[in-house]
Amino acid sequence: MTVSRRADFPLLVANPELHYLDSAATSQKPKAVLDAMRAYYEHDNANPHRGAYDLSVRATQRYHDARTRVARFIGLADADCLIFTRGTTEALNLVATAWGHANVQAGDEIVVTGLEHHANFVPWQQVARARGAALRVCPLTEDQRVDLDALRGLVGSRTRVVAFSHVSNAVGTVNPVNDIAQIARSVGALVVVDGAQAVPHMRVGFDALDVDFYAFSGHKMCGPMGIGGLAGRRAILETMSPYQFGGDMIEFVRDDYSTWNVLPHKFEAGTPNVADAVGLAAACDYLDGIGMDAVLSHERALVRLLSSRLAEVEGVHVFGPQPEQRSGVVSFTVADIHPHDLATILDKDGVCIRAGHHCAQPLMRRLGVPATARASFYVYSEERDVDALVRAIERARAIFASPQLVE
Amino acid sequence: MSDLQELYQSIILDHNRRPKNYGSLDHATSSAEGRNPLCGDEVRVELSVTGDAIDDVRFTASGCAVSRASASIMTQAVKGKSREEVEQIFVRFHDLVTGKFVPGEGDARTLGEMAAFSGVSRFPIRVKCASMPWHTLLSALRSAEAAP
Repeated sequence: MTVSRRADFPLLVANPELHYLDSAATSQKPKAVLDAMRAYYEHDNANPHRGAYDLSVRATQRYHDARTRVARFIGLADADCLIFTRGTTEALNLVATAWGHANVQAGDEIVVTGLEHHANFVPWQQVARARGAALRVCPLTEDQRVDLDALRGLVGSRTRVVAFSHVSNAVGTVNPVNDIAQIARSVGALVVVDGAQAVPHMRVGFDALDVDFYAFSGHKMCGPMGIGGLAGRRAILETMSPYQFGGDMIEFVRDDYSTWNVLPHKFEAGTPNVADAVGLAAACDYLDGIGMDAVLSHERALVRLLSSRLAEVEGVHVFGPQPEQRSGVVSFTVADIHPHDLATILDKDGVCIRAGHHCAQPLMRRLGVPATARASFYVYSEERDVDALVRAIERARAIFASPQLVE
Repeated sequence: MSDLQELYQSIILDHNRRPKNYGSLDHATSSAEGRNPLCGDEVRVELSVTGDAIDDVRFTASGCAVSRASASIMTQAVKGKSREEVEQIFVRFHDLVTGKFVPGEGDARTLGEMAAFSGVSRFPIRVKCASMPWHTLLSALRSAEAAP
């Protein structure tokens, strides 16, 4: 197992007894990212794209450099095709709103999968409802992978969009992006990928993927909350109308019409989030310093360890495919203990896990459970976190097995 | 007693395992469903109300031990009670789980098994688990009121 980076994370250093196993919800932040954001505010802060003074030029340059850096991290050569958003949710809503409402017609079909987070499900459901189109949900295999044969049967000449997650937030399945994209391409559908759980954990090369849009969040990859991005194909982005209007995104404003700024500004109305972009760029530097292959292998080693340890605990059921087809997520249930009760008991031992539907209610219905418990790893996770989790699960089982019955 | 032992008292664990008044009610006069969108917990409460009193009550639930036990103990506490009495019991229960009411020795008899929920106030995010069945009951009671 590679070395944990716990020492780089001030919150974890300050809380040595904490076992933070909820990185799929949000990651902790390394000192390098916090320092970069502070340095921006202390030395370069001004409103970019506006001032004719040197400080504003510096802020503009920092924002531009951040975009170039983040684009490079996700393998996007044309950095102007990276739109900064508040995160994955806003990025997917941008596509659904700006592309979906303009291009989906009555009688068309939109395909999503049963794995999707609500952020890649509900926007499409709402486009379908508004446009009189149908939303089709691709079935999953028994180990919660996208059923490619079923997908082939599901798409057709009316399919306008195929939207799917690169990695499932709820069970950790890593989907074969290009295989799914190929099926979507065979019917000429737009390909939209939710990469929120992929970009933080593995090397993603947007230009090498056969997809049109790819969304991700900064806060799950050591960056700050409030920034993320949408990578898109230039030819498509240029045909799309803006979905928010205001400062920065315009070219000329007449009394009766306006014209739009060029990419990426056309889709970034209002004062941009420079400090968080700078923080996200620092997070890219930080992760590249470790190496994304090392990040993934560190997490998979922990997933294998936890999976084998949980296999020895009576009543534990783990969802999702084999560790080789999974990111650093282990989603499970413990017989006769509701995940919320489990999370409360684990919390008393400093073990932070997520319990609930993981914003994936359609998936929970397909799993036939109301909720699962989810432990998720990152670069700072350690074997002792696994030990603490398994110990705490045993404690929860002991509490719930207490034999006193009251009559 | 540790916070955890106080939250997961044997009374709560037992009602979770073997809830009372569980299932649907024949001849229900009103019902309501409650959901906690945060966690997906669901409860359904069915009532038979005659005049001012709850003749019978049953529930079904998918949720944590705290919410199931709360629903189970609630059905025992309100059966045969008038609307006004139910409201009073609810206020007392709500104050208990939010920590506004700290029961003394003299309260044990009147609280009955509801006293087992005194530990919930130490877990603020679990208050909703305990109170959701009650809100659902009150909603069912209101719809009974509205019915002709």
